[in-house]
Amino acid sequence: MTARIASTAVVLLLLAVPLAGTVLDEPWLITLATRVAILGMAGVGLNLVLGYGGMVSLGHAAYFGVGGYVAGILAHHALEGHPVLAWPIALGGTDSMIVIWLVAIVCGALLALLIGCLSLRTTGVYFIMITLAFAQMIYYFTVSWPAYGGEDGLPIYLRNSLVGLDTMDPMTFFLIVFAALVVVIFLVSRVVRSRFGLALTAVRQNEARVRSVGIGGFRIRLVAFVMSGAITALAGALFVDLNRFVSPSMLSWHTSGEIMVFVILGGVARLWGPIAGAALYVFLEQVLGSMTDHWQFWVGLLLIAVVLHARGGIMGFTSGRRSDDG
Amino acid sequence: MMPATLIAEQVLNGLQFGVMLFLMSAGLTLVFGVMGLINLAHGSLYMVGAFACAAVVAATGSSYWVGPFPSPGVVAPPGSFWLGLAASLAAAAAAGALVEVTLMRRLYQRGHLDQVLVTFALILVFSEGIRWIFGAFPLYLDIPPSLGGTVPLPGGLDYPLYRLVIIAAGLAVAAGLFQLVSRTRLGMRIRAGESDREMIAAIGVNIRALYTAVFALGAALAGFAGAVIGSITSVEVGMGEPVLILAFVVIVIGGIGSIKGALVGAILVGVTDTMGRLLLPALFATFLEPADAAATGASLASMLIYLLMALILFFRPGGLFGKVA
Repeated sequence: MTARIASTAVVLLLLAVPLAGTVLDEPWLITLATRVAILGMAGVGLNLVLGYGGMVSLGHAAYFGVGGYVAGILAHHALEGHPVLAWPIALGGTDSMIVIWLVAIVCGALLALLIGCLSLRTTGVYFIMITLAFAQMIYYFTVSWPAYGGEDGLPIYLRNSLVGLDTMDPMTFFLIVFAALVVVIFLVSRVVRSRFGLALTAVRQNEARVRSVGIGGFRIRLVAFVMSGAITALAGALFVDLNRFVSPSMLSWHTSGEIMVFVILGGVARLWGPIAGAALYVFLEQVLGSMTDHWQFWVGLLLIAVVLHARGGIMGFTSGRRSDDG
Repeated sequence: MMPATLIAEQVLNGLQFGVMLFLMSAGLTLVFGVMGLINLAHGSLYMVGAFACAAVVAATGSSYWVGPFPSPGVVAPPGSFWLGLAASLAAAAAAGALVEVTLMRRLYQRGHLDQVLVTFALILVFSEGIRWIFGAFPLYLDIPPSLGGTVPLPGGLDYPLYRLVIIAAGLAVAAGLFQLVSRTRLGMRIRAGESDREMIAAIGVNIRALYTAVFALGAALAGFAGAVIGSITSVEVGMGEPVLILAFVVIVIGGIGSIKGALVGAILVGVTDTMGRLLLPALFATFLEPADAAATGASLASMLIYLLMALILFFRPGGLFGKVA
């Protein structure tokens, strides 16, 4: 099977499950597919730095959570009627998805810029530990900051609105998420095929050479890191709309690990790989979770086996080649 | 103004916290320095040590011993903490050696990404495995009766004896570790392994056994820390993860692979964190409403060590005692 067929299969599966959910009148299937699409999108963000750029960020929960808190806080203020900021400029809450998405993207990008500037000065193990540590910093901040629920999190009672659509309808919300995912993947595919994308791959493969032809490795990495943070933040905002709840657990380092697992299970540097990975993870969670309380034990063993023996993930396995060069 | 005894007490608490962080960081930094391995599951070994200690204390103390954990509500007579401590060392070292022989060995030649993934998966396996055996409720481990009570210190401060013993024990372990690495044959091999692993294999050192020994040593230190701290806090699944991440911060500050860096970094982190939690709310209280001051101070204090890390990273990307990153 070629990579294109594998990708098509992922898309069809992602569309088929909610359709089946509608036909069989099992709305939880639609919610499950929505979850896969959102978690997969977070993985697409990470894949840009991890798969294409070779930067092992173990702190992507930070962007996921920040996107989530943007959605939660803006919606909370819109509901309560309090402004988010009264000074120096008056800034109200909103329940418009478009505005929330934009703010989430900007906040995710800014945070990634800040963390990237510091952590990209290092490589290897330092980079892994530092991205993890900064994500943990934000986690502890949200836990100890009482204004938005602290450890208990912040519920939002209604899904945010989008141009008069009934967003509380599971299928409508799934289609919104799916559309957003398609747009994100389209943009990422353009980015990785652009001159910038080629430079990013080249920096991963041999930074010294790239520098010798006059391209700054740090800059390329930083731009990719910022884009990645923005995408993952968007996914975080959608995730909060799905659950109508945001809590520090979105920022916990388990979330960072899970996003990484989606990318690996799916196959690194594959556009639709993280979606396949998230789908497999959610599937395992459902199936093993219905059989045993200790499903994480088995997922752990399975993951070890995949990393040791099946490099390339689902997409690499089905399309029969390693994904080193896209 | 804050009483001086309170500040002195918190400095000691910070020192005690730092010394324990050192025990965690030392293993991590050794394993990274010698084998080039990043081990996220180091926190699980800490947890294994704590659970082994709690289980042995429960088993030796209670005549109603029926299962792997004491029935809730039954107050068992205290068992032997010292046996428990020995068990924590043995269990963590054994778990470490087992993991090294079965898994880690395959990872030395792989990239850091694979190491992160496998050790992340190991955390799931360890945490869920422990929950399977011991159940989801925390176990309570008391400090040994002989180390209970407080000691009067000069200046009118009564400080818990157990915490003083922890500080002394931690510093003793640190001194022992320095001696081990700088004076013994094993230490010589460890240092040789850090600088050139092919060469020391070529001159006939059994590199596989060396790696297993280093890993088990680091695991034992983590297990020891788990047992000692578990009796101040509680013994529960997931207890190792916050400590693991702090140990990462310590290593980043101290410089990867440097034991001296781990000691300095650990004490810096321990004292900064403890003092921040004490002083920042008080500082904000001088110009904010009490409730706001408490909230702002607490949130900032929880971020303080990461800000410290960012600062050190900005000026010295390789850490205080590290080689260039």
